[in-house]
Amino acid sequence: MTEASEALLLARTQFGLNIAFHILFPAINVALAWFLVYFRVRHLRSGDPQWLATYKLWVRIFALTFAMGVVSGITMSFQFGTNWPGYMLKVGNIAGPLLAYEVLTAFFLEATFLGVMLFGMNRVSPRVHLLATVMVGVGTALSAFWILALNSWMQTPAGHGYDAGQLIAEDWLQVIFNPSFPYRLVHMLLASGLTAAFLVAGLSAWRLLRAPQDAGAARTLRSGAFVAAVLTPLQIVAGDLHGLNTLEHQPAKIAAVEAIWHTQKGVPLVLFAIPDDARRRNDFAIEVPKLASLILRHDAEAELQGLDRFAPEHPPVAPLFFAFRGMVAIGVLMLALAWTAAWCLRRRAAVLPRPLLWGFAAFTFSGWIATLCGWLVTEIGRQPWLVTGILRTAEAAGGVREASLGASLTGYLLVYAVMLLAYMVVITHIAGEGAKA
Amino acid sequence: MTLDLPLVFALLMGAAILAYVVLDGYDLGVGMLMPGASAAEQDVMVASIGPFWDANETWLVLGVGILLVAFPAAHGWILGALYLPVAGMLIGLMLRGVAFEFRVKAEGWHRELWNWLFWFGSFVASFAQGFMLGRYLTAFQPGWAYFLFALLVGAALCGGYVLLGATWLVLRTEGELQRRARAWARWGLGWVALGVALVSLATPLVSEAVREKWFAWPRILYMSALPLATLAAWLWVWRSLDRSDGKPFAGTVAIFALAFGGLAYSVFPYVVLGGMTIWQAAAHPSALMVVLVGAAIVLPVLVGYTAFAYRVFRGKVRTERYEH
Ligand code: HDD
Ligand code: HEM
Ligand code: HEM
Repeated sequence: MTEASEALLLARTQFGLNIAFHILFPAINVALAWFLVYFRVRHLRSGDPQWLATYKLWVRIFALTFAMGVVSGITMSFQFGTNWPGYMLKVGNIAGPLLAYEVLTAFFLEATFLGVMLFGMNRVSPRVHLLATVMVGVGTALSAFWILALNSWMQTPAGHGYDAGQLIAEDWLQVIFNPSFPYRLVHMLLASGLTAAFLVAGLSAWRLLRAPQDAGAARTLRSGAFVAAVLTPLQIVAGDLHGLNTLEHQPAKIAAVEAIWHTQKGVPLVLFAIPDDARRRNDFAIEVPKLASLILRHDAEAELQGLDRFAPEHPPVAPLFFAFRGMVAIGVLMLALAWTAAWCLRRRAAVLPRPLLWGFAAFTFSGWIATLCGWLVTEIGRQPWLVTGILRTAEAAGGVREASLGASLTGYLLVYAVMLLAYMVVITHIAGEGAKA
Repeated sequence: MTLDLPLVFALLMGAAILAYVVLDGYDLGVGMLMPGASAAEQDVMVASIGPFWDANETWLVLGVGILLVAFPAAHGWILGALYLPVAGMLIGLMLRGVAFEFRVKAEGWHRELWNWLFWFGSFVASFAQGFMLGRYLTAFQPGWAYFLFALLVGAALCGGYVLLGATWLVLRTEGELQRRARAWARWGLGWVALGVALVSLATPLVSEAVREKWFAWPRILYMSALPLATLAAWLWVWRSLDRSDGKPFAGTVAIFALAFGGLAYSVFPYVVLGGMTIWQAAAHPSALMVVLVGAAIVLPVLVGYTAFAYRVFRGKVRTERYEH
């Protein structure tokens, strides 16, 4: 491997690792903020101290998650320039303002009101405190809005033009509301809702396994399970629409996801296979005839473009194929679990049988895995482009030396591993102790 | 008249960086003072910065964000040249940031460990920032003399942050801890005097451009107002230290603002000393304009709710435990 390509690989690994680490925490907090609002409102309405205890328990988990999200996010904002200087030079006139709006409208809002929310309960009136909690939720949602606008623009660019050789925005509304943005925003917000719902339900189930009498944990399990039962089917529909939209704008990505090597009519759906990138075929394939054409074109005989149309410029097949199946499998299991639980819990006083409690406990972090699988599909599926049709990943890499990249990568890896472990141990511990009124 | 957008953004970036240095400076300073206090006092110290540190750190994101947005060519150059110290600073900030949360949740030796990491993270981040400033002021030139200079600036900035942190504690605490904070502030003042003096002497030595800026006649006459004002602010802090709760912190902020003004004057109009001016590095005017419009609308609101948060937490920190 040449020096340059090795540095590129390190830069990509480092960036991918950092952002994959970062997204774990927003994925929880964007939606957990609204769970907190709900707990707080229930307390204000009923005056029941148990709801306050529940709120205080989950605020501790939220605060810890927030700190993890903030520190890893700050790293990202530096790495944009250090790892991808070519990126800012080429598309900085579009990426820059979107990032700036995120800082100005979202980061300050959430960070400032977080202080009031965490430490101000006895210093401001309950209404103002509720308002602070809502503001934190609004801030996290705005932050998702801007960063997803940028990411979607990189997937499906629109609204740009050139002025004296420089890429600039011609129509900001088109840049922001580019073709994949609505789908990605909805799919990501729902993903966050599911990640938080399964975290809440899972940790509550964990508590109930140890202390079956804990009424507070039974209540939060109920909230989590019902939210999951509503959001999972929505997510599956949104994911399907997202995929159809991607077929239109990034057909090579979908061909790789479905491991369709050759353009043909009446394409079968590959349920399982081991795609072989070198020999350009699937081994051990289990297929359902004509189903892929039916799903993607709503016509069993329709033609689908295969990877041969795009070769050699298409993303690697195996990671997309497996990551996508991982995400969908988790989605289907989530549906089964959430609906069974909702059925069992339909009466007020009902409790869940132990096997279901174990099921939720096992699914505590399932949202994380599905989210990471989804982002892998999205990001690897864009290769070899960094900005589709405009900038190649290889053109964006910087001149940072390999040794520096290696050293810093090792440092980040170590710190992230320790932080992640400590995080998971601490939140399980907090939830295992239960809420104290 | 057309607006000189690169100049406007240079001013905005300067303001954001100064805001960061002062605001997170007191957080980092308090973090570095942790080993000098008892366990109960450590809780008060952390409580005095708990509600603010996150928003304070966001000014760093804004400062770097403006560098990225307004001067993309310089962003890659500067942060590429400072790659390792930046990574060090980030790791320091990470440890400090999560230690806030972990130290209240842990027990026994785990708690001790997170306290220690809190100190370590604060120190590494402060030192790395000073080191970066030192490398930046000497245009990243290779050679051990320049390297030594950067180490010096790193140590000086730690002193500055300790002074900010100590005077912040004088403002926000009472009793024994406050008395001790006054003593720490004296040390910090000495350290800062040494640091500022050394940096002021060394910067013109290592940079021709800076020398010309300061020592041309008759400019030296009115430019000498800046070091004189810094000296006055220093004396004011020294004298008020035993008598007032608020003046030492205000005076320290003045020292930082004046020193920062001096550095900005030295560097202007370059973003990379001797390498690239703000006009050469600037992004397309259309991109700058959208950001400026947004900033003009959002910044006043932002200042408003920041003031609200400081009002909520005004007065002395009580020893009450965290509410979460
Ligand atoms: C879907 C949402 C989402 C996505 C895809 C990203 N982020 Fe993020 N980010 C958030 C959602 C978020 C958040 C929810 O707003 C955070 C996480 C921690 C927290 O709770 O706030 C946050 C925090 C956060 C911070 C700290 C803000 C502060 O000081 O308060 C920075 C600097 C970034 N992010 C930067 C980035 C960058 C450069 C990204 C992409 C390359 C990125 N984030 C992807
Ligand atoms: C938030 C969830 C995200 C995750 C988990 C994620 C994950 C990844 C991964 C794994 C890669 C490496 C792909 C490869 O090298 O083949 C990557 C690349 C990249 N992503 Fe993302 N990403 C996310 C969001 C974003 C966002 C929001 C942006 C920009 C606004 C972004 C910009 C980039 C860039 C610039 C690269 C570098 C190109 C490359 O390494 O291939 N990503 N991401
Ligand atoms: C079960 C049915 C699901 C389908 C059909 C589906 C479909 C898709 C598709 C096609 C993409 C890639 C879009 C692109 O890159 O252009 C995607 C991405 C993604 N998926 Fe799913 N998904 C499903 C379930 C889930 C679940 C359960 C989660 C998380 C809880 C999830 C989280 C994500 C995330 C975070 C992304 C990346 C961001 C994005 O591009 O929207 N998905 N999904």
